[in-house]
Amino acid sequence: MSDSTHTGPMLAADGTTLKSSLNRALRRQKLRALMLIAPLLIFVLVTFIAPIADMLFRSVENQIVSDTLPRTTQMLGDWDADAADIPAPQVFEALYVDMFIATERKLHTRLGSRLNYELTGVSSLFRKSGRKVEDMGEVYQDQFEDLDKFWKKGANLNALFGAPDWQAAQAAWDTSDKKAQPKFKLRSGLETVLPQASEAFDVYARFTQGEDGKNLSKAKPWALIYSALYNDLVAQPAGLAALDAPGADELRAAAARVGDFDTVDFTAAFKKIDKDWVSQDVWRVIKTYSPRFTNGYFLNSIDMKKTADGPQMRAENEQLYIKLFIRTLFMSLVITGSCILLGYPVAWILANLPAKTANLLMILVLLPFWTSLLVRTSAWKVMLQQQGVINDTLVWLGLVADDSRLALINNQTGTIIAMTHILLPFMILPLFSVMKTIPPSYLRAAKSLGATNWTAFWRVYFPQSVPGIGAGSILVFILSIGYYITPEIVGGTTGTFISNRIAYHISSSLNWGLAAALGAILLAVVLGLYWAYDRIVGIDNVKLGG
Amino acid sequence: MNNEAFVEFERVQKSYDGENLVVKDLNLSLPKGEFLTMLGPSGSGKTTCLMMLAGFETATHGDIRLNGQSINNIPPHKRGIGMVFQNYALFPHMTVAENLSFPLEVRKIGKSEREDKIKVALDRVQMGNFAGRRPAQLSGGQQQRIALARALVFEPELVLMDEPLGALDKQLRETLQFEITHLAHELGITVVYVTHDQTEALTMSDRVAVFDDGRIQQLAPPDKLYEEPENSFVAQFIGENNTLEGVVKEIKNGSALVQLDDGSLIDAKPINVSKPGERTRVSIRPERVEYNKDRLRADAHTLSAEVLEFIYMGDIFRTRLRVAGRDDFVIKTRNAPDQVRLKPGQQIEIGWLAEDCRALDA
Ligand SMILES: Nc1ncnc2c1ncn2[C@@H]1O[C@H](COP(=O)(O)OP(=O)(O)O)[C@@H](O)[C@H]1O
Ligand SMILES: [Mg+2]
Repeated sequence: MSDSTHTGPMLAADGTTLKSSLNRALRRQKLRALMLIAPLLIFVLVTFIAPIADMLFRSVENQIVSDTLPRTTQMLGDWDADAADIPAPQVFEALYVDMFIATERKLHTRLGSRLNYELTGVSSLFRKSGRKVEDMGEVYQDQFEDLDKFWKKGANLNALFGAPDWQAAQAAWDTSDKKAQPKFKLRSGLETVLPQASEAFDVYARFTQGEDGKNLSKAKPWALIYSALYNDLVAQPAGLAALDAPGADELRAAAARVGDFDTVDFTAAFKKIDKDWVSQDVWRVIKTYSPRFTNGYFLNSIDMKKTADGPQMRAENEQLYIKLFIRTLFMSLVITGSCILLGYPVAWILANLPAKTANLLMILVLLPFWTSLLVRTSAWKVMLQQQGVINDTLVWLGLVADDSRLALINNQTGTIIAMTHILLPFMILPLFSVMKTIPPSYLRAAKSLGATNWTAFWRVYFPQSVPGIGAGSILVFILSIGYYITPEIVGGTTGTFISNRIAYHISSSLNWGLAAALGAILLAVVLGLYWAYDRIVGIDNVKLGG
Repeated sequence: MNNEAFVEFERVQKSYDGENLVVKDLNLSLPKGEFLTMLGPSGSGKTTCLMMLAGFETATHGDIRLNGQSINNIPPHKRGIGMVFQNYALFPHMTVAENLSFPLEVRKIGKSEREDKIKVALDRVQMGNFAGRRPAQLSGGQQQRIALARALVFEPELVLMDEPLGALDKQLRETLQFEITHLAHELGITVVYVTHDQTEALTMSDRVAVFDDGRIQQLAPPDKLYEEPENSFVAQFIGENNTLEGVVKEIKNGSALVQLDDGSLIDAKPINVSKPGERTRVSIRPERVEYNKDRLRADAHTLSAEVLEFIYMGDIFRTRLRVAGRDDFVIKTRNAPDQVRLKPGQQIEIGWLAEDCRALDA
């Protein structure tokens, strides 16, 4: 009975294949194991993975422009940004509609801040325009109201635009005032007759009932509705004659008269608010940032800018981030290097001392962890300043002249010194735990074979401690690349890191998209270095202990 | 083998903590080519002695000489002593060939000569095919062979081995014991070998130094050690042994009459006793005990004994008896056709030749 004659799948006792019955047996185990780790998994997902995913999303997300100015951005599609002219009047009309709605919803300032990152001045332009756009369409409202008192009352418009069943519900709600306000419903068929006005009224009604939380029966209709109504009536819609609704007669009467109405030139009106509205720069920025997703933040992060002709390098004096990235990487390398140089001998001594003494010294190594990071960094500020302890000592020793004290703080030197000190334990601990596992008999064997102390160390001990150096270096390097408190305090202007810039964009300039893009690049750099490290040294060669 | 001392310990003492002497007054001298084993219980100071010889520990007092020269101030790497460690201490980040190459490289030996020597050394331990392996890819026995090859590859005259076979199973240990002795004699090297396994010590060595309490208790060839232990520690430690305690009644014609604690009298050969009245421990090997009266001298003293247990062990029978109030007295008899198989409960008389029974220190 040999296995080689059996070609089909192995069968279990009950006739199912062995594989599937094994899977069934394992599934319960796996499920139970999964349930055990579920709390942690959820915690990690919620507090770690989700924020990172959100950050990555924010770095390309740009929906605010097309969400706030949907009609304008759509109309802008045809505009040639390279041409010398400003966009067509229809675009300005669309802008009026968008801005009107955005202003009512108080979204225009947010969009202004967003676009201000790309072109300074846009923020104040939007803020200023918001207030004035509300008055812009009142020319039409006034003319409608002059024509007939009917147009003055919001209730009449509600009756005209609202569906009969909604009107009944609204009337009932008005008297009872108990439940939620019945949601506005547009009169069916009206949108074919009065497309723009219906849309405008719908937006107005939903906003008033929803975000604004007011009673629609008592609200005052927007000027926007009248300009939309004018546009609809000027086109003399075919269905108007057959329309049967309260106010249909007034509507027909108005339609007969709108030809004589004064009209508004929106281009001129916007120009009157601010002549920036007829500058191509503003429109180019709006067009460039119309898509829902943008690489603009990333281009910004590498000192480029998005133009109509594609990405371009920024001017020399505007460049900042590449220099900061390089400085961050370089200084992290220097910090890692000095941690190795200082930490290796300490770890060696710790690993080779009798346990009692080693434990005492280990506490000294860990002592910095017991004091606040801020305290330690501030202590360095005191130590390193020109009149500080270190300079005083150097002067006292005669190594430095009193009038040429060393600048050790508020520059790269300060950052490197303070961060080396702060991150040293992260180098010493993995080194120590790896060295602890190297039996002293290796060194003895090497010496018995004729090696001098140095050869024995270099050829036998050191190679075995490399995994510790690798683990320590990865820890220190990755920690320092993202450090920001210490460089902020002791780094001055030349010793700050990219993370200081990220912090600035998160808390001061509120340009979260740019902060996210910078963070994403930092993450990519770290992952790239990790990958390179794996290729060159091998990640199996990283040991945190035993 | 010339008899000039090659390695010499003279009044060597060692203390780690300044309070307790781990090695007390060690005197030892061995000629070139000798295979000497230090045997003793764990903690008796064997490793310490070896480390002092290798140079990793310094003697607190006394002189260690190699080839007539004091080596107290020579650093380990200049002593040219080969060493095999208990855990082998093969460098894990080097291949077998690189491990063997290491001592040659530090001696600045040319590449081709190095390769020749490595090949010879590996072939000597039948590991010629493993040059490219890492130590972790070898079994314990193979690692031991490589460690041996590495200690021998730079042709030292003296090789120290600290319990090299301690971690191996019995069969492998026996094979390697044979290989090591064979190699040592073939190459004419001097070996100081440390073990706590008496069989290993007896089968491998030219001489054995029995350690206890930081002193050499006896230094002798294996047969003398077994047959003529000089004190009760050695008698107990080497081989199986029966002890009975008592007081010397008289010493006459090189024979002592000992009265055991229960009053019975036996004959013994006085070794560490000189006058009547001294307390003594007499020691008799299980295979020298006789219960067939015909084979004893007519005037020999005998003891009555009760058989407690009879164990059939194939080549021999092992019988446990109650003698003079102790029930751990063992006798061994050969499985011969005419041999009597004793039964538990049986009462017998036992005795021995006076020269087989040694009256030692109490
Ligand atoms: N490095 C050391 N420091 C302090 N005491 C030690 C050291 N090495 C060994 N000892 C002590 O010395 C005694 C002898 O040890 P050792 O020479 O290793 O014995 P053996 O090898 O015979 O087992 C033991 O009691 C041990 O605890
Ligand atoms: Mg030992």
